[in-house]
Amino acid sequence: MNWLTNFVPPKIRALVRKADVPDNLWHKCPACGQMLFHRELEANLHVCHHCGHHLRIGARRRFAMLFDDATYHEIELPKTAADPLKFRDVKRYSDRLREAQGRHQADDAIKVAHGRLGGASAVVACFEFDFMGGSMGVAVGEALVAAARLAVLQQAPLVVVPASGGARMQEGILSLMQMARTTIAIEEVRAAGLPYLVVLADPTTGGVTASFAMLGDITVAEPGAVIGFAGARVIEETIREKLPEGFQRAEYLLEHGMVDMVVPRRELRQTLIRILDLLHRRQPPAEVLPPQPVLVGKEPAMPALPAAEDHPPER
Amino acid sequence: MRSFLDFEQPIAELESKIEELRHLPGAADINIADEVSKLQAKAERLLRQTYAKLTPWQKVLVARHPDRPHLTDYLAGLITDFTPLAGDRTFAEDRAIIGGLGRFRDTPVMVLGQEKGADTESRVRHNFGMAKPEGYRKARRLMELADRFGLPILTMVDTAGAYPGIGAEERGQAEAIARAIEAGLAVGVPFVSVIIGEGGSGGAIALATANRVLMLEHAVYSVISPEGCASILWRSGEHAQQAAEALKLTAQDLLRLGVADTIIPEPLGGAHRDHAATVATVGDAIASAFSSLAGMDGATLRLQRREKFLAIGQNGA
Ligand SMILES: [Zn+2]
Repeated sequence: MNWLTNFVPPKIRALVRKADVPDNLWHKCPACGQMLFHRELEANLHVCHHCGHHLRIGARRRFAMLFDDATYHEIELPKTAADPLKFRDVKRYSDRLREAQGRHQADDAIKVAHGRLGGASAVVACFEFDFMGGSMGVAVGEALVAAARLAVLQQAPLVVVPASGGARMQEGILSLMQMARTTIAIEEVRAAGLPYLVVLADPTTGGVTASFAMLGDITVAEPGAVIGFAGARVIEETIREKLPEGFQRAEYLLEHGMVDMVVPRRELRQTLIRILDLLHRRQPPAEVLPPQPVLVGKEPAMPALPAAEDHPPER
Repeated sequence: MRSFLDFEQPIAELESKIEELRHLPGAADINIADEVSKLQAKAERLLRQTYAKLTPWQKVLVARHPDRPHLTDYLAGLITDFTPLAGDRTFAEDRAIIGGLGRFRDTPVMVLGQEKGADTESRVRHNFGMAKPEGYRKARRLMELADRFGLPILTMVDTAGAYPGIGAEERGQAEAIARAIEAGLAVGVPFVSVIIGEGGSGGAIALATANRVLMLEHAVYSVISPEGCASILWRSGEHAQQAAEALKLTAQDLLRLGVADTIIPEPLGGAHRDHAATVATVGDAIASAFSSLAGMDGATLRLQRREKFLAIGQNGA
């Protein structure tokens, strides 16, 4: 902890020295290396205030940032067979899984919640990258099926925030099959005429990108997020060439037409609300309504727009 | 000249001894003929024993065997009036995926799949069966075309995986695969897929979201290559054999897991030993897969496909 003595003002140093202070008060920005105080980081939605780097965040923090009043209900996810292949590398997969479950107090690499987003109900599924690299096996696939069905049941849009290294190798072919299963899941949302939005977070690669993550009606990416199919190392080894600057970053994908927009985390919630309001042909919340035009004459100049509830968007 | 895999060396030795004897002056001599038939019986026994208990890694090698019948062989043997269709209408023609119209046993179908190539020149032309986004976009285009005209779809999967390259990423490899998966699941026509060799990851499932997934006896189908898996989980590609075992990638494993619906037996010693017999057996298996789907309307076919994939991995939960 020698950075403390070097960089931190004495007052804070004294604070940190207190025995009951958790040792994660400070985070190092993985991009610029600056130390970030946790309270400041929290206030800034885990975006480095030095360089703008968007740090990876867990599902619950994401839910709190997205839902109205940070209020949401997490759903219990379907139970699936743990370690269906009895997979073992240098370690048993069942042990790895149990370890991850214990460390993260979670069943697997995804959480699903519903709540209000701009006043209307929405279902959000978020990946936990820290849980085995956010990899997608049967449990994650099943959770996405559950999320899609909940959205249909509630007639609510589905928002998915992937952050994943791809398929969970230790579930072999069953993890590959999740590419088909999750595609079926979001097709159910689409068939119900409901919006399906994707927020690509850092990183989204492999089989996750090559299935539901690239099938959003509208696709938003977080700044700087790595998004791609093949890993950078695999590509370099195949073509024996250095990769271009910014390769597979969100901005690069925007440039190549693969995402609709790159949205800073601070604007993410408002952007999603605006998109959903527009897709549902809803009026924006009252406080941001433009002043009503004063009508002259007997009849309104324009026929009233139909309410979204009466006219679900056509497919 | 036949190419032999490492584990086939004892068989190779016997076969070359047989050849030698056959070319000896006086090969018609009764003693030599007797010796030849004895050796032949021994070679066949050895072949049978070896192929009856191939390890998963050996199956990977057989599935990748350079002499194994490829898409082109099946097209020549099973499809008449084959009319290749090219291009994704957006960027390019990707010869890693060959597809087009044709007749399978008189019925017009859409047929497509990866072609690895058989010699240096054709391997380069087909990019070793590793498709780029335009290949998957062409596949999607052909599947949707088939759907519009009510043509059954037949795919043959044989790829190490989608091509990892700068251009492929820039043009949306992931999106192209995702859309091909989506298209395969959406079509309202009978869709049969055969894993004829190597079913490599996302690049394979892009063509395999079918009503019936058939696998040749020694074909493999996996989320990652054993080498790739070993280098990540064992941190050394040398553990590929163990990875092949752990991944459960053989046709026999996949039948048990509900991913494959049928295993198509291969000739003794593998498909590469007898192309004609392999192609004929595959043809019969395809015919019976299509006839099992006969009479289902579009909605039923779509539903059957969805339910089949949704059920995978659900037993034993
Ligand atoms: Zn920074």
